[in-house]
Amino acid sequence: MQVELAHYLLLAAVLFGIGAMGVLTRKNLITILMSVELMLNSVNLTFVALARHAADQEAQVVVFFVLCVAAAEVAVGLAILISVWRKRGTMNVDALSALKG
Amino acid sequence: MGLETILFLLLAVGAVLTALLVVTSPSPIGSALYLVGTMFCLAGLYVLLAAPFLAAIQMIVYAGAIIVLLLFVIMLLNLRRIDEVLSKGWRIAGLFVAGLTLFALFMAIVRGSSVLPEMPSIPDDFGKVKELGKILFSKYLYAFEATSVLLLAAMIGAVALVRKEGKEGGKDAS
Repeated sequence: MQVELAHYLLLAAVLFGIGAMGVLTRKNLITILMSVELMLNSVNLTFVALARHAADQEAQVVVFFVLCVAAAEVAVGLAILISVWRKRGTMNVDALSALKG
Repeated sequence: MGLETILFLLLAVGAVLTALLVVTSPSPIGSALYLVGTMFCLAGLYVLLAAPFLAAIQMIVYAGAIIVLLLFVIMLLNLRRIDEVLSKGWRIAGLFVAGLTLFALFMAIVRGSSVLPEMPSIPDDFGKVKELGKILFSKYLYAFEATSVLLLAAMIGAVALVRKEGKEGGKDAS
């Protein structure tokens, strides 16, 4: 068996699905944040695999930017999480329904 | 089976297993530690895909910074597992949507696999710091500068969000 591009893409798809499952079925805010990280990483894997198979390094530069955005997202996400914890004393997303309308 | 195939299988199985543990582990600390495993496996795959610089960045930024930040917050707030009382309907709906996403991606890859390119030969310095730096600081220079503004904004935003209200620049702005 030779490792092909399709294998990497399938692996990335599986990781993305697992991340989506985490976001949709968990209630702990911090676990949801980690699942989002998982989804971002699966997309990074797709970029790197395509960079290798298209012999184009620009896709690797895109991964660099995605990493920066992920870092910013985690910083702001955790800040929101801390202020939610201070105001509500819980991490359960069910308690955060002020914008439900 | 060549060495590359064996390594790919090992890392792929490791990544999927740890990812499953991340989303199913009841305690946040367990999730964060399993996420380190996923990042490690992905870094290994990046090396297989001729991206050594990104593999190093992955380990430094994710395992070294983001996961440590997550663990720090988890331990600071003393977060324990919460009661995940998710109604059965919602759980099934969530699994269904995730499965549908997965199925759509699978179909797209399987149907498009005939047009996927074969692995071309690449120069020795593919994915090395020097080559990536050349692209980053020429074609993507403005995007790079915009990234720095983004990080600054995120930093200010994080500080502003966790600042205690009612204290004007207090000493204990924890």
